[in-house]
Amino acid sequence: MLGYILRRCLAVIPVMLLVAVFVFLLLRLTPGDPAAIIAGDMATPAQLERIREAMGLNDPIHIQFLTWVGQLLRGDLGVSLISNTPVATMVADRIAPTLSIALLTIIMSVALAVPMGVLAAWKHRSAADYAVMTFSVLGFSVPVFVIGYLFILVFSLQLGWFPVQGYTPLSAGLGGFLSNAFLPALTLSTIYIALIARMTRANMLEVLGEDYIRTARAKGAPERTVLFRHALKNAAVPILTVIGTGFALLIGGVVVTETVFNIPGVGRLTVDAILARDYPVIQAMILLTSFLYVLVNLLIDLSYSFFDPRIRY
Amino acid sequence: MLFKTRNFDTADVVLQACDLTVTLPDTPGNPGVLKSIDVTIRAGETVCLVGESGSGKSVTSLAIMGLLPQALQVAGGTIQLQGRDLLPLTQAQMRELRAARVAMIFQEPMTALNPVLRVGDQIMEVMELHTDMGTAERRRRAVAIMEQVHLPDVERIFKSYPHQLSGGQRQRIMIAMALVLEPVLLIADEPTTALDVTTQKQILALIDELQRDHGTAVLFITHDMGVVAEIADTVYVMKHGEIVEHGAVETLLREPRADYTRKLLQAVPSLSPRDARPAGDDAVLRVERLNKIYGGGGILRKLPQAHAAKDVTFSLSRGRTLGIVGESGSGKSTVARCIMRLIDPTSGRILLDDADIATLSRSALRPHRRKLQVVFQDPMRSLNPRWTIGESLIEGPLNYGTTRADAMAEAARLMGVVGLPADALARYPHQFSGGQRQRIAIARAVMMRPDVLVADEAVSALDVSVQAQVLDLLDQLQRDLGIAIVFITHDLRVAAQICDEVIVMQRGAVVEHGPAGQVLAAPAHPYTRALIEAAPGRSWDFQNFRAMPEVRHAEPA
Repeated sequence: MLGYILRRCLAVIPVMLLVAVFVFLLLRLTPGDPAAIIAGDMATPAQLERIREAMGLNDPIHIQFLTWVGQLLRGDLGVSLISNTPVATMVADRIAPTLSIALLTIIMSVALAVPMGVLAAWKHRSAADYAVMTFSVLGFSVPVFVIGYLFILVFSLQLGWFPVQGYTPLSAGLGGFLSNAFLPALTLSTIYIALIARMTRANMLEVLGEDYIRTARAKGAPERTVLFRHALKNAAVPILTVIGTGFALLIGGVVVTETVFNIPGVGRLTVDAILARDYPVIQAMILLTSFLYVLVNLLIDLSYSFFDPRIRY
Repeated sequence: MLFKTRNFDTADVVLQACDLTVTLPDTPGNPGVLKSIDVTIRAGETVCLVGESGSGKSVTSLAIMGLLPQALQVAGGTIQLQGRDLLPLTQAQMRELRAARVAMIFQEPMTALNPVLRVGDQIMEVMELHTDMGTAERRRRAVAIMEQVHLPDVERIFKSYPHQLSGGQRQRIMIAMALVLEPVLLIADEPTTALDVTTQKQILALIDELQRDHGTAVLFITHDMGVVAEIADTVYVMKHGEIVEHGAVETLLREPRADYTRKLLQAVPSLSPRDARPAGDDAVLRVERLNKIYGGGGILRKLPQAHAAKDVTFSLSRGRTLGIVGESGSGKSTVARCIMRLIDPTSGRILLDDADIATLSRSALRPHRRKLQVVFQDPMRSLNPRWTIGESLIEGPLNYGTTRADAMAEAARLMGVVGLPADALARYPHQFSGGQRQRIAIARAVMMRPDVLVADEAVSALDVSVQAQVLDLLDQLQRDLGIAIVFITHDLRVAAQICDEVIVMQRGAVVEHGPAGQVLAAPAHPYTRALIEAAPGRSWDFQNFRAMPEVRHAEPA
């Protein structure tokens, strides 16, 4: 097991290296000269040349790559072409809102979706089942910004339960954080609740038809024990996979929500950087999301054997 | 044959079902699944419920447990456990009775145990649900019952997961779980059907032993008349949801009254081998020193190897049948798969019409594939459920250049040969019964005009009466077309009925090889003898309703 964890962690290195090569090439190969952007429209060719020299853009491409990776490994993500501040600082300032809202979203999604899915499977073809399935279809099909504005209209403007927009860091107290973060997290949750509830229902339906469920009932186990001790653990692996993928997609999907609720997160940072062709920021963001994705998948893979002892590495 | 001839007239009645009727309320016409059946079981008695699939055996047991699927409903009658009416009880009251008073064990011990919980915890759960014992006491009782069911190395097995145990060990766990609270009634639904004969013998002996020690009443559901002869005190024969006959086991086997009982008994294949047909000299299939070794690969360290087939050698001529018998893990299916080149043999030669196909590449193998066809155990899963029977049948010939019209004409002709209507070609697999599907699977194989047919447990999933028909069909096709058959089976009775020659395999090696008459009637190897001795009801001649003449044993040569 320990050997497996070690090997899986080592396997992260080539994956991240590939991502780095891709990120590097993608931006070098897109049209548009970074030096021209920095210098502005009025720059002379001599000025451009000086900037290129300073940024190392005249070196052969592999040297540029090695220099860049070397800087990355020292934690130097470069300096923003627009604001002239270090990218590492910019990202660090904006990552906390995004990650905390993403985490809250996942916790809320799982806490709501898994019981919903279990209920739907247990009461298969009942009103409860149809209600869950209807919610799933809606959750999939209504766009995030519609849901977001709808929530603001109902919960903030009409009921006045939550502030309309803004962000309070977790360090300023849980209550303040939640009052600001609850609605954005709920907005983001809808699609994941739909997804995870569907997955839970489908897998629970399959597991509830298994012989060992009949055995559990023959032992006189009450339904709660049958569902949560015997069935859910067997249905866990595919549900976990969806949760993991969902979390990774969440990092990218957060942009719209951050805009709707005016949250200073990395989603908006990324969009701004793309519009301004701020290369170092874009690169840092792609690397960061990839790394989170790989990390989450690694954790999910490792958690499988906890739920299913037949999975051994 | 030594039957149980105990008398229970004075024993307490444990379970009494009267006039029990179960219907399918949501199906038009509200058809009956159980039609007013009466069953009585007394303390210490073993009652066998026999019948073919769909006769209502399992529904009876689930009705007693209060575990009928939602589609089924008790429409009338009573079930009394020690005088207490079960049907009016609430769900919660029924839950208290389960495992505590009525326990149940099932056919497939692998799927009946929860794969993600340790088996010790699964036994302890029964006590957790029904008693207020502390953890230490529950653990002590669990270990004690595991010792009673003769599990080895109890401390290790206690902490094991089901997949780490053998089939027999898993069924012992199920039995331990069922008996730990000393229920008055144990319902066993085909508990040995999925097990090897030698394991079956041990499990039957175990149930018998525990029944004697605890005075448990046992309701034993089976389709196997051999098992009935071994263990029953009283037998109930079921057909289409009705009890057609019941009585003491010996009376029922000697003087069956109902026609259906007679038919069922006469369909039990005899253990006396058929007469061998003359051996031809034109061997169509020759296997020489075939070896298959699994594992041993691995990049960082060498993985353990499994020698699944060791130096297997035999030859088979046209129109004859070779049986490969053995228990699970003996390597018989590995040999079959190597012959068909579904897997690649590690070494050895496979000569099909004098061409060695053991090492041919996929494309070089193609012209030979036609000559070698296969019928698998489960006909439902070996036919594509989304294809009509016709499409499935003509696919092979189309691949080898037959025109669609010719292939369809041949398929229609073969439907007649296997005893199905010609319009069957336009239907789908789920519209047929298990026996019909197996005939279709055979027709599909015969479409290719093969020289060799490999039948891998081809009748093991079928009821005995259907089994007899399919064996007859194979026999007829063999006579008409001169096909050579390699027949893989774990069932010695079936092997005796169809094979000219028999190979007995154990742990990958051939331990005995010879004419069926000799191997089965006068086995030379101790393993063959153990297999035959473990065959339930072997000393009873079911077809003729009498004891078998004494079985001869050859002295080891």
